[in-house]
Amino acid sequence: MGVRQVWPPRVEISDTLESARQYVMSQIFKPSSNATARMSIILTVVIAGVLGGALFELIADSNYATRQNNIREQPIAFSHAHHVGSMGIECRYCHTGVENSQHALVPPTKTCMNCHSQIWVNSPTLEPVRESYRTNQSIKWQKVHDLPDYVYFNHSIHINKGVGCETCHGRVDTMPLMYQYSNLEMRWCLNCHRNPEQYVRPREFITKMGYEPAEPQEILGPKLVKEYNIQKLETCSTCHR
Amino acid sequence: MSQPVELPDKIYVGPVIDEQHTLASISDKVGGVVLRRKITLGWTFGLLLSFAALQGLAGAATLLFVKGVGIWGINIPVGWGFAIINFVWWIGIGHAGTLISAILLLLNQSWRNAINRFAEAMTLFAVMCAGMFPVLHTGRPWLAYWLLPYPNTMWLWPQFRSPLAWDVFAVTTYLIISAVFWFVGLLPDLATLRDSSKKDWQKRTYGILAMGWRNSARHWQRYEKASLLLAGMATPLVVSVHTVVSFDFAVSLIPGWHTTIFPPYFVAGAIYSGFAMVLTLMIPVRKFYGLDDIITLRHLNNMAKVTLATALIVAYGYIMEAFFSYFSADKYEKFMIWNRMTGPYWWAYWTLILCNIITPQFLWSKKIRTSPGILWVISIVVNIGMWLERFVIVVTSLHRDFLPSSWGMYAPTVWDWATYVGTLGLFMFLIFLFVRVLPMITIFELRMLLPGARVKESVAR
Amino acid sequence: MTEQSDSLNLESVQKRLAQATGKSYWRSLDELFSTAGFQEFLHREFPRQAAEWIDDDGRRNFLKIMGASLALAGLTGCVKQPVEYVMPYVEEPEKLLAGKPVFYASGYPVAGLVSPILVETHDFRPTKVEGNPEHPASLGATDVPTQASVLGLYDPDRLQAVTYLDEARSYSSFMLSFLTALSQQRASAGAGICILTETVTSPTLGAQMQEVLKQFPAAKWYQWDGQGHGRRSGAELAFGQYVNPVYKFDQADVVFSIDGNFLGSGPGTVRYARDFASRRVLRGGVTTQSRFYAVEASPTSTGSKSDHRLPLKPSQIPVFTRALAAAVSGGQASGEVSTSKFFQAAVKDLLAAKGKSIVIAGEDQSAEIHALVHFMNQALENHGKTVLLTAPLEQKATDQYADLKALVADLNGGKVDLLLIIGGNPVFTAPAEFNLRGNFQKAKTRVRLGLYEDETAEVCQWRIPETHPFEQWSDGPAYDGTMSIMQPLIAPLYGGKSAHNMLAAFTDTPEKPDYLLVREYWQSKHTGADFEAWWKRAVHDGFVKGSAAAEVTATAKMPAAEAAVAGSAMEVSFHTDPYVLDGRYANNAWLQELPRPVTRLTWDNAVVMSEKTARDLDLKDEDRVELAVNGRSVWGSVWRVPGQPDGTVGVSLGYGRTRAGRAGTGAGFNANLLRSASSPTFATGVKLKNLGEKFPLAAVQHHFLMEGRAPVREGTLAEYIKDPLFVQKETETPPAGLTILPSDWQYKGYAWGMAIDLTACNGCNACVVACQAENNIAVVGKGQVLNTREMHWLRIDRYYSGDAANPRAHFQPVGCQHCENAPCEIVCPVAATVHDAEGLNNMVYNRCVGTRYCSNNCPYKVRRFNFLLYTDWDTESLKLQRNPDVTVRSRGVMEKCSFCVQRINYAKIMAEKEDRRVKDGEVITACQATCPADAIAFGDLNDPESKVSKWKREQLNYSLLGELNTRPRVTYLAEIRNPNPAVGEES
Repeated sequence: MGVRQVWPPRVEISDTLESARQYVMSQIFKPSSNATARMSIILTVVIAGVLGGALFELIADSNYATRQNNIREQPIAFSHAHHVGSMGIECRYCHTGVENSQHALVPPTKTCMNCHSQIWVNSPTLEPVRESYRTNQSIKWQKVHDLPDYVYFNHSIHINKGVGCETCHGRVDTMPLMYQYSNLEMRWCLNCHRNPEQYVRPREFITKMGYEPAEPQEILGPKLVKEYNIQKLETCSTCHR
Repeated sequence: MSQPVELPDKIYVGPVIDEQHTLASISDKVGGVVLRRKITLGWTFGLLLSFAALQGLAGAATLLFVKGVGIWGINIPVGWGFAIINFVWWIGIGHAGTLISAILLLLNQSWRNAINRFAEAMTLFAVMCAGMFPVLHTGRPWLAYWLLPYPNTMWLWPQFRSPLAWDVFAVTTYLIISAVFWFVGLLPDLATLRDSSKKDWQKRTYGILAMGWRNSARHWQRYEKASLLLAGMATPLVVSVHTVVSFDFAVSLIPGWHTTIFPPYFVAGAIYSGFAMVLTLMIPVRKFYGLDDIITLRHLNNMAKVTLATALIVAYGYIMEAFFSYFSADKYEKFMIWNRMTGPYWWAYWTLILCNIITPQFLWSKKIRTSPGILWVISIVVNIGMWLERFVIVVTSLHRDFLPSSWGMYAPTVWDWATYVGTLGLFMFLIFLFVRVLPMITIFELRMLLPGARVKESVAR
Repeated sequence: MTEQSDSLNLESVQKRLAQATGKSYWRSLDELFSTAGFQEFLHREFPRQAAEWIDDDGRRNFLKIMGASLALAGLTGCVKQPVEYVMPYVEEPEKLLAGKPVFYASGYPVAGLVSPILVETHDFRPTKVEGNPEHPASLGATDVPTQASVLGLYDPDRLQAVTYLDEARSYSSFMLSFLTALSQQRASAGAGICILTETVTSPTLGAQMQEVLKQFPAAKWYQWDGQGHGRRSGAELAFGQYVNPVYKFDQADVVFSIDGNFLGSGPGTVRYARDFASRRVLRGGVTTQSRFYAVEASPTSTGSKSDHRLPLKPSQIPVFTRALAAAVSGGQASGEVSTSKFFQAAVKDLLAAKGKSIVIAGEDQSAEIHALVHFMNQALENHGKTVLLTAPLEQKATDQYADLKALVADLNGGKVDLLLIIGGNPVFTAPAEFNLRGNFQKAKTRVRLGLYEDETAEVCQWRIPETHPFEQWSDGPAYDGTMSIMQPLIAPLYGGKSAHNMLAAFTDTPEKPDYLLVREYWQSKHTGADFEAWWKRAVHDGFVKGSAAAEVTATAKMPAAEAAVAGSAMEVSFHTDPYVLDGRYANNAWLQELPRPVTRLTWDNAVVMSEKTARDLDLKDEDRVELAVNGRSVWGSVWRVPGQPDGTVGVSLGYGRTRAGRAGTGAGFNANLLRSASSPTFATGVKLKNLGEKFPLAAVQHHFLMEGRAPVREGTLAEYIKDPLFVQKETETPPAGLTILPSDWQYKGYAWGMAIDLTACNGCNACVVACQAENNIAVVGKGQVLNTREMHWLRIDRYYSGDAANPRAHFQPVGCQHCENAPCEIVCPVAATVHDAEGLNNMVYNRCVGTRYCSNNCPYKVRRFNFLLYTDWDTESLKLQRNPDVTVRSRGVMEKCSFCVQRINYAKIMAEKEDRRVKDGEVITACQATCPADAIAFGDLNDPESKVSKWKREQLNYSLLGELNTRPRVTYLAEIRNPNPAVGEES
């Protein structure tokens, strides 16, 4: 390290005027600027790293993005709370596909008219229904639980394997206006696909709202998983084709 | 190294710095380039030219985002074309800087002092150019961030068995370390500029950048520690980064890619092309800014030697590749090398042999090593050769792999060229700015040399 | 065709009609139709569109910029999806469960013969065609045009409105003027009426035609259809009456084909392929094969499967056939053709297999050849055994060249006031000498019922949109006469009318729907109380059981020797294209982009010549040459194909359409211009002129040698019997578990696998179209194919071996091999392609970022990449075709064969609900379902009794590139031939 040891060079100060000037010159920064500099470094790290990273998660996970708990604009203020809760109409009366098709199916206007040709025949709120029936034009509902097109969800198999309506759609019987109960994120799907025993219920309670397991779920769950031969399907092709 | 050695004259080609220099003259000369020198026509022209080329990149990239990677010549079977070739090429070029600043520092090679700043800058810019390609070449660039491991709503991580996932870490680490190393190295000189600059805005700008450097002993002591630590961190990168890059190929099963010799000869090749690029840039700068008393023939000589050495390693690599293919008795390997030499892309292979193996042999002669003009030409030839090497590896391996039914050809489109030339433009653009606004040579490290410079021997090695 | 505001589209037309009701209807129609926008809308199908179709420049860019900028617009752009709507029925139709496909039996007429099919419909949208397993002509398989028919249904270039002199009209206004014209004809008993149809095979239509002729006794009915002339007239020539030959290849020990392509196209091809294969495959310990000789003027996929193939100049084929006829009928064969080993061996084999042999002539061959063939089959005692003669399938079999001559005579005589052209495209398909384009103009009123505004429609004042076969009721026979009942699967998309409607217009019930017409016809045949039940059954099954045409007895006589055409230095032979036929399917982009089995070309026909001929003429591939035959000339591009006889060129018909649509217009050259009615099969004295420029041809394969890598393992029957394990000895496959990353994964549940029998596969490509239809695979256009960017998940590789001048050709279907050690999986940085628990190699489009590393690392190069936005997101009608169970891919993602995972999941869900395992045969992949030769087996490898497990236990079973230890789930059964040792290497 022969060369290196000469530092800092003692000769330097008195070397020449030119380089001496460097050490006897005016301040251009206030002492406080040191603090500012340090702060700026810290802030950069914080802003870039923490916030930037967090921001994406927040937005991707926010109700704004997932539409969780958002109530949708619908042509008719249809109340599940009334029809399911008070009247106690069974889910499958309207959602006829749920046991056999991939879609649960939004009921045709005819289904509404079955009753509403008798009752509330003049109620203005139901005018869109009657109009649809008259003009043979579909009612344009907004999708509430809407999966991306590259996700292939099949209602019938879930129903047949003991996943209750309530598990994903929540206490529909208490919703005056329908909203998206779950965030429908992939991790949400995976959570159940990995631990079905925490969520399955006996088939006879599929459509029951406010279901309480007769025995503790940690006993009942595994039993049902065995009985219904429920597999933990986690492979991509289960949902993506 | 404390024992000075007398060097015979036939090896000694002059000092690492002209003996006439004083501490002051150095800061004057180097700092002067930034602070006092007028903006010359040549510089402006060069800057504009490279800026124009840069627009080519901008245009190509825009079109790419709008229409897709289909604007390039890639197809099935040749799924990777210019993008990956350029990526590997640029990353390789970067290596010289790291080698000079890190390894030569640890080895206490005093002659590095005159060129390390410039080489580091080059590294930084090259890595910038390289870093663009992995993103651009994806089909859906706006989703390229999926290669980063971050907690997400899909409960998915990157696929860590994939070399591309390793690349992400290798390249980003490389970029960060190089940047920090380069900037830390700049501090004392920024201070010098701050102090010797006349205009107030210059004082302030350099002042902020100098981060309050005051030349105090404590500063120097910590500075030394820091640069040693950083050098220590950077050293493995010289080897690791291009090793990982070579895994992109070596880990696959494509004949011509699936080769155990790739890591060493990629690293050698990287340093090879890196030094070539340093020469390509250094020699003109040395000339135009009259720095031949600071960047002496001694430097050129040494760099030429390193170039020659790495050239020989690379040559060994090529020969071994051919030999393995023959010796493996594997029909696909055999065909691959035969196809390289005699197939539709034979010209690429033989040109690269000419550029990378034959040409550097001239460097055996000290006369050539010390004549900047010829050296410059050779360095450019080597740069071309190293680019062709990547072309040969990527294209000729893919275009005829296992099933003859799926054999195809690859031809670049105008957009491939626009992207490539564009990155060259970006690189040169940054270099031009660099030489104007920052001291392209480490002032204080040169000063270090002075006390010793009076003694020939102590710096002879 | 929806994004330009200035032009109309279907919706806007319907909307504007919907707004206009009652009185204002007609007025508003005329307003609507007079708009410039509508004219625009009617003439969409010209080059501008073609350009847009071929490459992605033009109208899609805006959308793409939108797409890109949307995606880049920031995080919300990525994470938030647009609002979607649910539109339930007002009243749910019966038997519809939205989300579950329904299959309807129907039929699709290809050149008059109806392919029996089951059509998969999703919410009443036909999306996919399957063969009708019950029907003897299909057994579940289909041919290529039938597979592609569903795209034809949604073709946006179909004629979409009634027009008169390019002015749009309403159908009723047409009827008005049409009926007036008819009433004027009544006085003259319809002397001025002339009806030109395709070959009419539909009994209902035939009956209607008789009715028309009863009403207008003096009216003329002519038929013209490019197809089947030789077959009809040949029978007439041989037997003195029209008969329909039906071949029983499963009974034949020796098959001799004269320029035939019975495995590739023509009547009965689907069943013939199955029967032929059944005598060739060596599964289940079988050690006998039929022997197949082929004589060809131009190589076909059928000839490629032969044991011995003899390339012959077209002018030599009659000579050869006569010699053969003489030889097999105990006479003395003369001429040097009869001296070849090939000839003598063939004669020997044929004579040895009397009653168990078949001689068959090509569809394109002349009447003389067909007559000779009938004569030979009789001499070989094959009639009634391997060759059944049935009553003709045509309602009125005629010599259609004579029909055309008569028609032209009438036109020239100015006798035609009202010319009604139903279907077909005579202006394009008739030989040039008839000059129909000009002569049609001589008819006062010209009415055209057709699917497209094509060359024929061009010269007609009235153009009436025809219904696609999926939009109408009809009926018709299969190759053996078994009658299909065709039911509509969707309401006419463009308000088309069927031929039945058209002929009804002549009767006193002009508005009678085709449903009643067809039903009433059958009621008249099947009188009896049980008709209702019988009819329901027939419609449900799609065909009338046991309605095959009655056998007839006829004796063939040796046709009088015609003056043999003198050969010449350069001859050209014409061949109907196996996919677009005589050009009728030219606008079907699937068919255009489907590689031809022998040339491997897409989007063009070519001037096919042998290596030697090309060298002699100093021509290279893709050289543009002028083909001149007695005065008429066309230009085409050279393509060298081994096996083409020297001194000849082969060209396929059906190309060079000028008014086909965005896909067909401008594809290839029109070889029909060189044909003459006197010799429609070939022409001599051909002049070839090198135009000194290149015209690129889009081939999907460029290298045809196996380079000693034996992707196709082959051998002769003799070798196989000598050493049944010879295939296994060719290369070593590493033992299981030999891998650097040992995986102890056990496939406990299902383990899906596939086996493909290369002896059976005849390279017809039906599987490739089926895959395209099932999996929403995009068409990329010629420009992209030229850069080898085609998207087919399944491709059929074609290799050559043996003698370079006349090599053996091999076909090998290659899709994703679903390797257990998949090279693609370990290199994907985002885990977008991964293995699933049942051994499928999944490709997750929505996770793919498009590094293309997987494709680079795939030794089979079966992965396909969306380099640009290939899927057509703008054309409304095409959206209806897509399979809702398969993701529609966008640009920048990789895709590949998924083993039809949607079908697997469907079957699994069905089974799971019944708490049972999926049974063998419950999952049938699209390619397997449609394979006429039954060359593909798919199923669960964990079930030792499954078909695929049995196949994989065969001694001929091997893995493609098995030595790489990828452990593919797809394996192949080696190709075995049965050459006659007496012939040796000669051919």
